Amino acid sequence: MPSVLPLGDPAPADGLLPPQVLDGVDSRRFGLYVHIPFCAVRCGYCDFNTYTATELGGGASQDAYASTAISEVEFAVQAMDASGLPRRPLSTVFFGGGTPTLLPAEDLARILTAAVGHWGLEDGAEVTTEANPDSVTPESLQLLAEAGFTRISFGMQSAVPHVLKVLDRTHTPSRVPMVVQWARDAGLAVSLDLIYGTPGESMADWQTSLETALSYEPDHISAYALIVEEGTKLAAQIRRGEVPGIDDDDHAAKYELADQLISAAGLDWYEVSNWSRTPEQACRHNLAYWRGDDWWGIGPGAHSHMGGVRWWNVKHPTAYAGRLGSGASPAAGRETLDAATREVERIMLEARLGTGLHVDALDKVGRHAVAGLIADGLVEPAAAFQGRLVLTIKGRLLADAVVRRILPD
Amino acid sequence: MSPMARTAPVPAATDPALIRNFCIIAHIDHGKSTLADRMLQYTGVVKSRDMKAQYLDRMDIERERGITIKSQAVRMPWELDGISYALNMIDTPGHVDFTYEVSRSLAACEGAVLLVDAAQGIEAQTLANLYLAMENNLNIIPVLNKIDLPAAQPEKYAAELANLIGGDPEDVLRVSGKTGVGVEALLDKIVRDLPAPVGDPDGPARAMIFDSVYDTYRGVVTYVRVVDGMLHPRERIQMMSTRATHELLEIGVSSPEPTPTKGLGVGEVGYLITGVKDVRQSKVGDTVTNMAKPASESLAGYADAKPMVFSGLYPLDGTDYPVLRDALEKLMLNDAALVYEPETSAALGFGFRVGFLGLLHLEITRERLEREYNLDLISTAPNVEYEVTLEDKRVVHVTNPSEYPTGKIAEVREPMVSATILAPNEFVGAIMELCQSRRGVMGGMDYLSEDRVEIRYRLPLAEIVFDFFDILKSKTRGYGSLDWKADGDQVADLVKVDIMLQGEQVDAFSAITHREKAYAYGVMMTSKLRELIPRQQFEVPIQAAIGSRIIARESIRAIRKDVLAKCYGGDITRKRKLLEKQKEGKKRMKMVGRVEVPQEAFIAALTTDESKDKAKK
Repeated sequence: MPSVLPLGDPAPADGLLPPQVLDGVDSRRFGLYVHIPFCAVRCGYCDFNTYTATELGGGASQDAYASTAISEVEFAVQAMDASGLPRRPLSTVFFGGGTPTLLPAEDLARILTAAVGHWGLEDGAEVTTEANPDSVTPESLQLLAEAGFTRISFGMQSAVPHVLKVLDRTHTPSRVPMVVQWARDAGLAVSLDLIYGTPGESMADWQTSLETALSYEPDHISAYALIVEEGTKLAAQIRRGEVPGIDDDDHAAKYELADQLISAAGLDWYEVSNWSRTPEQACRHNLAYWRGDDWWGIGPGAHSHMGGVRWWNVKHPTAYAGRLGSGASPAAGRETLDAATREVERIMLEARLGTGLHVDALDKVGRHAVAGLIADGLVEPAAAFQGRLVLTIKGRLLADAVVRRILPD
Repeated sequence: MSPMARTAPVPAATDPALIRNFCIIAHIDHGKSTLADRMLQYTGVVKSRDMKAQYLDRMDIERERGITIKSQAVRMPWELDGISYALNMIDTPGHVDFTYEVSRSLAACEGAVLLVDAAQGIEAQTLANLYLAMENNLNIIPVLNKIDLPAAQPEKYAAELANLIGGDPEDVLRVSGKTGVGVEALLDKIVRDLPAPVGDPDGPARAMIFDSVYDTYRGVVTYVRVVDGMLHPRERIQMMSTRATHELLEIGVSSPEPTPTKGLGVGEVGYLITGVKDVRQSKVGDTVTNMAKPASESLAGYADAKPMVFSGLYPLDGTDYPVLRDALEKLMLNDAALVYEPETSAALGFGFRVGFLGLLHLEITRERLEREYNLDLISTAPNVEYEVTLEDKRVVHVTNPSEYPTGKIAEVREPMVSATILAPNEFVGAIMELCQSRRGVMGGMDYLSEDRVEIRYRLPLAEIVFDFFDILKSKTRGYGSLDWKADGDQVADLVKVDIMLQGEQVDAFSAITHREKAYAYGVMMTSKLRELIPRQQFEVPIQAAIGSRIIARESIRAIRKDVLAKCYGGDITRKRKLLEKQKEGKKRMKMVGRVEVPQEAFIAALTTDESKDKAKK
C-alpha cells in the first residue's frame, strides 16, 4: 500500500457496515487480503507500508504479528456477522507485503487456518503468498503448501544485477530458478513479478530480464512499470541527480516488448500488467479487485471493500495492534460509494481487463466515444462490435486516457 | 514666509485678477502627488491630521502604482503681500496614453509647474507635455523636486531645464515635497509669475470640460474651467458638441472636498452635477454653455477620444461572460475612451474586442476588471486598426486579425506614431538598433544636456504596442523613457499569419505582421506552442501559414503511456480520486478540434517573455 492513506469519512469503532452491503451479496465473491508489514531491507523505490525493525512493540513485533492479525480476523467475523452478512467461504486469499515470507511459514499457516476455520474455503480456492527469493527454503514452501497455499508470487523484479542494485533488491538472480523449482516440487503454482523502467535499465537489460523469467516457464507474470513515489529514497536520488529520472516513452517501449515476448512464450494478458498461461491461472484475487468483489484486508494500512463500502486501516503497526488490543476497529477511514461513483469505479476497473467492459454499461457520452477509440486504435474493433470494449496494446498503454473519454461528463 | 490666507476669496464672486490656474507636469514617480499633498496642507485646505499620502489619487490602483490616471482640480487660498488669492491646481494624468486629456487640462490653465526629479532629470513624457504646454502658451515654472535625496544633482538638472525652456538655471526652484522645503516659495511664485485668467464676464457662458468622472452616488461629476460668462445652479446647460441639455443640479468647487457654490465665474474652476450617468454625455474638451443664452462658438480643441490599440478580452471561465459584460458597462460610465463590442473566438469562446488609448490604458482596464470584478481574463495580443482596401475598392477596417479579408487586397495602411525617446547618450546605438528593427525612420536627435539625448523616430504603432517599451527599458538599463503620439498612416506590406493545430486554425494566435517578420512570428509561435501544449493521444502538427502557404511547422509527439501500472493492495479510492482530478482538469481545457489546450498555454502563448518576467518579480 502507498504510504499515504486516502481522505474519507470516519469509520465506526465497531466496524459495523451499512445495510447496502447486503444488496447483491450472493453475486459477489469473498476474499481475504493479509498484509505483512515487514521487510529485511527497505527497497529504494518502495513506499509501501512496511518496516524493517524486527522489534516493534505492543503486539506489533514480528513475533506477535500473527496473533495480532488473527485478532483482526476475529474482529472481521464479528463485524460481518453483526452487519447481517452471511458467512461465505473464501474464494481467494492473498498474503502480500512487505515480505510475507519474512515471517516463519508456521505464522502464515496459522493466520490462514484461523480464517478458514471461521469462513471455510471454496473448492479450488486460490491462496497466494508473495515471497522474496531470499526468504524461502524447500521446507518452508512445503509447509505452506500443506497449510493450503496454492500459489506463490516471487518478487524477481529483474535478472540484471545493476538494475537490482538501483532497486536495492538483495537477492542474487541465480537463486530464482532454484526457488521456482522448489515451489513446483511443493505443488505450488508460480508467478514472477518484474519491474521495468528502473533508472539505468537499458532495453537490452529489460529483454534479458524478460527472457530469463520466461525461461523458468512461470504460470503467471506481472510486469509493473516503476513508479517513483514522493518520499522514497529513489525519488530523492533522482531529485539530486544521482540516478536518471524515469521516462514514459521508455516505459511504453518496454511494455510493448514485454507484451511481445510474454505473448510469444504462450501467456496471455488478462489485465494491463498481468499475463497468465491459461485463463484459470490468472490471479483471481487480483481480478476480484478489478471486478468489485468483496474482500477484507487484514493488517496495518490494508484496504477493504464490501458492497460499495471501502475502508482502510491505520498505517502504523503499533497503532494497529493498539486498536485491536482495545477491541476497536483498526479502520482509519471509510467511504460509502453512491451508485454513480460505483459505476465510475466499475468502468475504470473493468476497462483494464482482457475480458473488457460491456459497452451497454456506458452512458450516451461513453458509447459515443467508442467510435473515436476504434479510430484511434485504442480498442479492438471486433470486440467492440460484439458489445465489449477491449483495449488494444496501444489502448492498454493509454488506459487512463481511454477511461476519461468514456466516463460520464 | 507667507502666512496661510486668513480669508479665502469666495467662489462665484472672485475677481479673475485674484485667480491663478496651474497644473503640474511631471513624470510618474517624480513626486507630483507628494508635492500636491504638501500644497494642500500649507494652504490649509486639508488639516495636517487628515493628511493621507497622495490625497488626490482616489483609486487603489493609482495609489499602488503611484500614478494619476484621472485628474481633479482643487481650489486653495494663498495670501501674498496681504492679498488673498484663489489658486486652482489642476491635476494632470501622467501617462503617454492620456495625451488628449493632458492637453485639455493644460488648456484650462495659464501656467504649469514643470516638476522634475533632481536625481533623474526630465523624462520623455514630461518633455512631451512640456512642449504641449509651451504650444498652449502657458507660463512655465521650472522646479526640481526631491532635493533632499543624496543622489540629487540640482546643478546638472537645473541647467538641463534652463536649456529646455530658456532662462537662467538660478531661476529653477528647488523643493522637497517630502520635507516641505521650498513649497511656500513655489506658492508665492505661482501667484507672482502666472497671469490671471482673462474672459468676458458679460458674454454668453462658455466653460471647457477638462475631466468627467462617474461617481456611484452622484452620477457624472464634470470638471470645468469657465472662460466667459457665469454658470449658476438650477440653470439648463447645453453641451455644444452634442446639443444635449441638462439641468445643473449642483455647481461647486473642490477644496478638496466638493463644496456647492452660488456659481462659477470667469477664470474659475469647479465641478458640475447634472444627474447624467454616463461620462459620454459630458465629454472632455467639450464646451458647456447656457441654454437660455447660448454661445455661438464653442471653445477650440475638442476631439473625440480615439482608441488606438485593440485586444480581445475573454473570461477564463466561460460562465463569467455576463460578469465581464456588466463590468465593462460599468467601467465605460467612467471612461469615455473605452469602446468595446462582443466578439466570439473559436478557441476562447465569448468575449469582447476592446479598444484602448494605448497599452497602459489596456493594462489598467484589465487590472481593474480582474480586481474590482473578481474576473480571470485572457487578453489576446494587442492590435492596431488597419485600413485594408480590396481590389474592388471596398475598404475594411480591421482591429482583429480574424477579420482580415481573404479576398484580393490592393493596399493596407497602418497607423503611424511619432515617438520621442530620452536616454543617456551611451544608449543611442542600442535605441537606434531597436527602432530600426521596428521599421522606424529617424526624425532627428538633440542633446538635452551633455550626456542626455532626445531621439525622435516615426514608427508603425503596431511595432510599439506589444513589447517595445519593455525592451527599451531593458536595453537602456531602465533609463530610457518613451512618449508617442499618433502621426497619420502609411502603406505597408502586411500579411496575416495563421497558426493551426492539427489543421485547425486557432484564431487567438493569428497575427497581422510585416511580410519580412511573418516567418519569425511563425517560428516563434509554433515552437512556443510545442513547449506549452501537452502531448495528446495522437501526433499534433503545429503550423504557421500565410494563406495556404505553410511558413513554419512543428509537431507534438503523441503521448505513448497514460496508465497507472497497478492499484496498491486494492487502494481503488486513490486511483478513482486521481481520475476525478484528471477529469476536472480536462474541463478546464479549451478544445481546438480534438486537441486539448490548457488555459495556461493560451495565456503563456499570448504573453511576451518580458511581461512574464515582470509578473514573476
